[in-house]
Amino acid sequence: MTWADLSLIAPELALAAAACAALLQDAWATGPALESRSRGPAAAWIALGGVCAALLLLGVRPAGAAQVGFAGMYVRDGITRVVDLAALAAAGLGVMLSPPYLERFRLPAGEYHALLLLSTAGAMLMGASRNLVLLFLGLEMLSFPLYVLAALARRSRRSQEAGLKYLLLGAFATAFFVYGVALVYGASGTADLSRLGRAPDVPLLHAGVAFLVIGLGFEAALVPFHAWAPDVYEGAPMPATAFMSVIAKVGAFAGLLRLFPQALPQLAPAWGQMLAAIAVATMILGNLAALAQSNVKRLLAYSGVAHAGYILIGIASGGPAGSSAVLYYLLVYVAMNLGAFGVLLLLERRGEEADRVEDLAGLLGRAPWAAVVLAACMVSLAGLPPTAGFIAKLYLFRAALQDHRVALALVGALTSVVSVYYYLRVASVALSAGAADAVAVRHSRFAGVGLALAAAGVLWLGIVPGAITALVQQAVQALR
Amino acid sequence: MPALTHYLVLSALLFCLGLFAVVTRRNGVAILMGIELMLNAANVNLVAFNKFAAPGAMQGQVFALIVITLAACEAAVGLALVLAAYRSLETVYVDEINVMKW
Repeated sequence: MTWADLSLIAPELALAAAACAALLQDAWATGPALESRSRGPAAAWIALGGVCAALLLLGVRPAGAAQVGFAGMYVRDGITRVVDLAALAAAGLGVMLSPPYLERFRLPAGEYHALLLLSTAGAMLMGASRNLVLLFLGLEMLSFPLYVLAALARRSRRSQEAGLKYLLLGAFATAFFVYGVALVYGASGTADLSRLGRAPDVPLLHAGVAFLVIGLGFEAALVPFHAWAPDVYEGAPMPATAFMSVIAKVGAFAGLLRLFPQALPQLAPAWGQMLAAIAVATMILGNLAALAQSNVKRLLAYSGVAHAGYILIGIASGGPAGSSAVLYYLLVYVAMNLGAFGVLLLLERRGEEADRVEDLAGLLGRAPWAAVVLAACMVSLAGLPPTAGFIAKLYLFRAALQDHRVALALVGALTSVVSVYYYLRVASVALSAGAADAVAVRHSRFAGVGLALAAAGVLWLGIVPGAITALVQQAVQALR
Repeated sequence: MPALTHYLVLSALLFCLGLFAVVTRRNGVAILMGIELMLNAANVNLVAFNKFAAPGAMQGQVFALIVITLAACEAAVGLALVLAAYRSLETVYVDEINVMKW
């Protein structure tokens, strides 16, 4: 390990340092008491400082050739840069949107922010891995903090249940992932992703890859590994739900991107079909299940399953077109999903989360800007112009058509039409007259700025996608 | 002198035993133990492949060490969460933990 190696992981180090600082600040403010009492915005400012420092360190590095460090384990190239950007955007928005909720429901702010930053660093490591060992390490670093975040509300039975379920099923999927790494190592004699392309095409390799897909598919909530998502999303405290819904997808799809289009292009004929089948099942089941939901958290959980299916279209199609579409979709998904959750975080129904669809009634009259942001995010999630969701889906379907996967694009387009119904139902309730009396709207300048940023992202990526499109296309230039 | 196949069969058996424990056990702690078995099955595979498929290399053994470390972390986080769940739900049996539908 040299100084060059350490400067390579500077953004991750900044996040880890900020996480330690947030924890120490919490302990300092709490003193000898047993329960954390730090509820001020100090931890949020520390976390935001860490995210901004990481973004700066990301920005000052020249966008040139790929740099490899840590004996070939870690690579910082175009894909790393875009994945880092998506993960840091998720962390930044997650920090900005949660203070009013944390204060109201008396959650420990220091622990929340420390866990959030560590999880972000894990997702960034997954995006930068050039070795299965680092991919595994990143996966664990991403998911451990998420288990604890889900169980953060210690007095809520539902939160405890969510944490336990997430941990047991997540650890189970991780065991499959490790076994898969062992099989791939045995089949190819190496865990180096850049040398897997020369591995012999033996059954052992395919078995190992299947186990790896189970591990990553669980984290991304792909059908049939999605069973945990609705319960964990519903039970976890809402800021944790919002953050995990995006960061787990960023990490898992970064891992799938490193694995399939980049490391194993020789398996594309066999695994393209397999991934396409999973994508079709995920899109259909996610969208149909979301139709029946009356709880917004559960609805967004199934919508997250459906979006995992859409993103998998890009992985199945492979090549530069598919990979750049995946990266673009991840950026868009962070903005639109956190924007939608951010509005819900402002609401409160008699000391509880306002997570039913009817709680949104009359939002336009009381918080017009929040209602407009929610509507814009819902339109974007449904994939309608002029928002970012439309452009992102367009890139994905175009990649599928270029790869002659007409059925995949067709199922994607048809299920998007189905999804318009349940997204616009939420938006129309929010924009309708009448008011749910019991629901209070909290105002917070911090969260307001976060919502404005998310909404700006959704509209900017939808109306002038040029700059980000150029960024993601440059990122995948190294792929054939 | 055992051959590679012996190790692979042992590891596959261990993995299946762990899988069986996870699927059939109701106690949260026992499920965690099943997961540990599955991780150790992968470790046996890694070390055996290192010896037979890539002799002279260290990658498999180093990875086995990393897996052992992370399994310890997982046990720590897992037991803490089981304990926290026991405090509020007053049970560690997963079929009794059903505030929400599975």
